[in-house]
Amino acid sequence: MDALIEKLKGQIIEQLNLVELKPEEINPDSPLFGEGLGLDSIDALELIVLLEKHYGIKIEDPKDGKTIFQSLRTMAEYIKSQGKG
Amino acid sequence: MNSITSYAHIKHNQVSVNGTIVFQSGATALTDFLMEVYKAIGLNYPKFHKMDAQCKLGVLCTEYALQQTGFLESHSLQQTAIVLSNAASSLETDRQHQQSIADKSNYFPSPAVFVYTLPNIIIGEIAIKHKITGENAFFVSEKPDAALLVNYTNALFAEQTQAAISGWVEVDGDAFEAFIFLAENTENINKNTNFKPLNQITVIELYNQTKWMH
Repeated sequence: MDALIEKLKGQIIEQLNLVELKPEEINPDSPLFGEGLGLDSIDALELIVLLEKHYGIKIEDPKDGKTIFQSLRTMAEYIKSQGKG
Repeated sequence: MNSITSYAHIKHNQVSVNGTIVFQSGATALTDFLMEVYKAIGLNYPKFHKMDAQCKLGVLCTEYALQQTGFLESHSLQQTAIVLSNAASSLETDRQHQQSIADKSNYFPSPAVFVYTLPNIIIGEIAIKHKITGENAFFVSEKPDAALLVNYTNALFAEQTQAAISGWVEVDGDAFEAFIFLAENTENINKNTNFKPLNQITVIELYNQTKWMH
């Protein structure tokens, strides 16, 4: 799980152009939206694309995104639960 | 009286403010140049890195024009307008988006790229950064058209507008240029000898003012 979280940190920084952020500055349990990384709605769409592009996971119901994208850890757990990563 | 109180021009890997070159770079790629300018002006605005090149250019040029002016503090942000123009619309980002959807077997359009496939998003980014909520317009014209910018900006001043950020912001392939001027109703402001009347002749004169280094 830790290796997947580290991999996700790099992918998120690249996909979302968070160039001023270093991987070690991302707490895997911090919220991705709002107070944590402060991502916005376009970033949410980019995360959906990231899952599909890198892990072949398609999120059919956007409502699921709220749970899956709570934090880096919940993202990693979801990827694992789909038998990917 | 409506006056031009400050202006900035970015071209040939150089930044000029009020006719004087304040920054130059040997960067060979536009993205590197924009990052160097971002650092040079001391911006700390994470959203900048999410923008397309044209928005970055517009935001940076506006920052330079605004530097040390007190422009935003002197007027209501609701009465501050933004009027921009270019020739290529959002063509550079349109191309990027098109590339991402060209191959049906590798079809991953980026929402973050797609949102920049309209040129007036440059206005949006400047407005968001400075909380400007006044009138705005974006024109596409073959080349920088001083008459168009001046006439429209002056027409806004005839209504509620008290200040305007106007100019030209363009990225097309390797070619890029931004020219931003700040226009204000200076009737109730202490006259400054550097203020120039907002008219077509002045805009052309200021556009050609900088002696670029080659």
